[in-house]
Amino acid sequence: MTTQLEGPATRALPAPEETTPERSTTTAGLLVKIVLLGLLVATAVWAAFPLASGEHWVGLGILLATTAGLLYLYITPRHIPAKYLVPGTIFLIIFQIFPVLYTASTAFTNFGDGHRGTKAEAVTAIQTASVTRVPGSTEYQLKIVTEGDPATGALAFLITDPKSGQVSIGDADGLKPADGNPPAGWTVLNAGQASARSKEITDFAVPTAAGAIRSAGLSRAYEGKAVRAFDPATDSITDTTSGKVWKADDDEGAFIAADGERLAQGWKVDVGFANFTRVLTDETISKDFLRTLIWDFIFAIASTGGTFVLGMFCAIALQSNRMRFKGFYRVAMVLPYAMPSFAMLLVWRDMFNTDFGLINNVLGIHVDWLGSAFSAQIAVLLVQLWLGYPYMFLVTTGALQAIPGELTDATKVDGAGPFQAFRAVKLPLLLVALSPLLISSFAFNFNNFNAIYLTTEGGPFPADNPSNGATDLLITYTYRLAFGGSGAQYGFAAAISIFIFLIVAVVSVVSFRRTRAQEEVYS
Amino acid sequence: MRIRTAGVIAASMLCLAGVAACGDKKDDKAAGSNPSAAAASGELVIWADDKRSAALKPFADKFGQENGVTVKIQAISKDQQTAFLTASQQGSGPDVMVGAHDWIGNLVQNGAIDPVQLSDAQKSGIQAGAIKAITFNGQTYGVPYATENLGLIRNTELAPTAPATIEDLVATGKKLKAEKKASEILCLQSGQNGDAYHSYPLYASAGGYLFGTTASGDYDAKDLGVGKPGSIAAFEKLRALGEKGDGALKRSITGDNSIATFTGKKCAFLVSGPWATADVKKAGIKYDISPIPGFKGGKEATPFLGVQTFYVASKGKNKALAQEFVTNYVTTPDLAVALYNAEPRPPALTAALEQVKGQDPDLAKWADAGKNAIPLPAIPAMAAIWEPFGKAEAAVIGGAEAKTTVEAAAKTISSSIK
Repeated sequence: MTTQLEGPATRALPAPEETTPERSTTTAGLLVKIVLLGLLVATAVWAAFPLASGEHWVGLGILLATTAGLLYLYITPRHIPAKYLVPGTIFLIIFQIFPVLYTASTAFTNFGDGHRGTKAEAVTAIQTASVTRVPGSTEYQLKIVTEGDPATGALAFLITDPKSGQVSIGDADGLKPADGNPPAGWTVLNAGQASARSKEITDFAVPTAAGAIRSAGLSRAYEGKAVRAFDPATDSITDTTSGKVWKADDDEGAFIAADGERLAQGWKVDVGFANFTRVLTDETISKDFLRTLIWDFIFAIASTGGTFVLGMFCAIALQSNRMRFKGFYRVAMVLPYAMPSFAMLLVWRDMFNTDFGLINNVLGIHVDWLGSAFSAQIAVLLVQLWLGYPYMFLVTTGALQAIPGELTDATKVDGAGPFQAFRAVKLPLLLVALSPLLISSFAFNFNNFNAIYLTTEGGPFPADNPSNGATDLLITYTYRLAFGGSGAQYGFAAAISIFIFLIVAVVSVVSFRRTRAQEEVYS
Repeated sequence: MRIRTAGVIAASMLCLAGVAACGDKKDDKAAGSNPSAAAASGELVIWADDKRSAALKPFADKFGQENGVTVKIQAISKDQQTAFLTASQQGSGPDVMVGAHDWIGNLVQNGAIDPVQLSDAQKSGIQAGAIKAITFNGQTYGVPYATENLGLIRNTELAPTAPATIEDLVATGKKLKAEKKASEILCLQSGQNGDAYHSYPLYASAGGYLFGTTASGDYDAKDLGVGKPGSIAAFEKLRALGEKGDGALKRSITGDNSIATFTGKKCAFLVSGPWATADVKKAGIKYDISPIPGFKGGKEATPFLGVQTFYVASKGKNKALAQEFVTNYVTTPDLAVALYNAEPRPPALTAALEQVKGQDPDLAKWADAGKNAIPLPAIPAMAAIWEPFGKAEAAVIGGAEAKTTVEAAAKTISSSIK
């Protein structure tokens, strides 16, 4: 009591932890702090080992600095605001900024099927894939042996020709006959020992006249020959049987022959703005882009607006004092919201089936709902309405209860009817509170992949254009382009998502500006 | 105070961004450097789908005990191919992967699987079609253990004899429909966006093809059959069977309701695979399996042959052991029989097929239905076929003109093939 009275009167915001740090260190608090900081250190140690073994010294240094910084921050009693801000900032970086940066960096590469790894990996894959059995060669029985310690000694292949029974021992110098199986002084590696040296065994080859003897597992060996070889000097792959040469093209990330043929195994390279220019210049995209964009806006606005109007209507109806069984209605109304939309979308798709669907059967009609463009668009909007209005109902109910009753009473005194009161007082106040939600709902529906993909898959498709359907949103349309025909093209997909991000960002920024203007008017 | 706080935040942000950026770079390099770094373990990791994981478990344990190594089976329930590719690239993938043979093209172009050298004796113990399916660019990529293909399942109470041609089937179906014994002529799934896998037998019978073959017998991505006169004629025939024609093919019959409609006795004929028989048996329907009939005077209605395969991952940490497991252990009939018991698909090993044929009369019928099945093309270009082909099928079933539809599909397909 006395401290408060005698405390500095100028301090508007008392910060008890700062002035008396001892008070905050209760036993429980201290324990939590120790556990959390321990976890932090444990995570750092866990992350440090792969960084150290991979010799990523910069990363390791940053990790150490970050950990030390965090430890200092939470051990020292000072820097109170930072203590609150840093966790949020870290999560912001990990879950928001990093994915955005990663997407952006992917957009400048050709990362995708056939271009996933490095050039070295592609070369290895090409060479490994070209090792074929020498026609008519013997299949040998194999034992993996060593003269030294099974874990470290130099390896050799002990092979038996099943026909002649001839036993030979082979190493990098070639084959020589062996006296004994195994010969004296040699140890046979068991499967456990051998599997510990798996990579050595897989890479091991005993040169022969026609090629080399390689392992097929741990108990068989075959004589094989790598038909394709990489020549670092000319930076090309040569086929030793046909003599064909594929030259490395570091702009494309592929080995390309003079006749234009490319080897399937490529590698990831930076392609600059190629993915972005492709989005802008590709005829398949530009041809249908505008139509898709317009429908996407219609879909997002109608989904958001429709659910809002219906949800608000229900909320207002349930506000009325003359309404009975309010609790029951509220529960019933929230039900669609409580069901997993993933399953509900599939159920709705089946309900729209022409011959077996519930809707046609109940109504006794025979409409091919998802088969014609207009009815399919109506159908997906109906599904959206059903799925989305409970949410709008909930938030509007909340917002309505926050509007003081005096305001409505005041309109009555002024002689306004219920509709006028709603239009002039309640709706504007509701919109002030709900605009941010409406904008985020719009942004969500603009990219509502599931709503389309699980019901119509973008269809129906015109007979003469299988790449763009009547209910395709930009996201489903571009998903098909990026992951459809040519396998997964992550680089291209990332470029597209940046474009979609820009569209949504522009719409949201404009809307928020307008909302702010509105707030200034009504508050 | 405030300035210092901002400084701390800025510094930690920089630090984290730096770590994140390095982590990114690390990912790129990791796949190359990792296998050697973490090879020292006698452990074999196998990825399979849920059903097969359970069936594999006892055999994996046995293999582990016999060889003094640990074998881990991990069930991957969804998107196995993508999961495998992504994990492989990061160096956290399995040593052995179990999956469909038509992944081969994509797995090879991503350098994710190694060829498997089978001995002549092992090859001759496996069905010829299955060996052909896993052969890609002249190499065998993996060991097949089960095959699957479409056939015609019919309700023998409604249709006692197997139809010799599609025309016979339609005639029987129409008669049953007129007698109100069935509401549909044929249950062949299409949906609003078509189904290339299920419609292919009819397409082939009517003279269409997807890809030509090169001299070595591989599929040739440069010789696209969609858009050729034969394919247009085939789509004309599909159109004649469609909603504006006989009504045998309908977009309202989807992958979700096709089998259920058959088990609900609403149609006498179902085009499906071995996976459908469990439901049909459960519904207590008397059924028989026969080859899918072709058009009268047309070619044979060859279904696709799908082959379930064990692959050796290129970026596995224990490739020698993986090769040993796949080439010398998977090729034993016991394992194939156990996998058959987990899910009844005909084993690819002839010895195993003989062994289970006795307990299940359906197997021989499935094998007969797939006698001339052609391997599902494994070339990466096949990815370009599925959607446009299916959509063209759905469009002509709905009554669209065949020529323009097929030509549009052909254009879309060829623009996606690199």
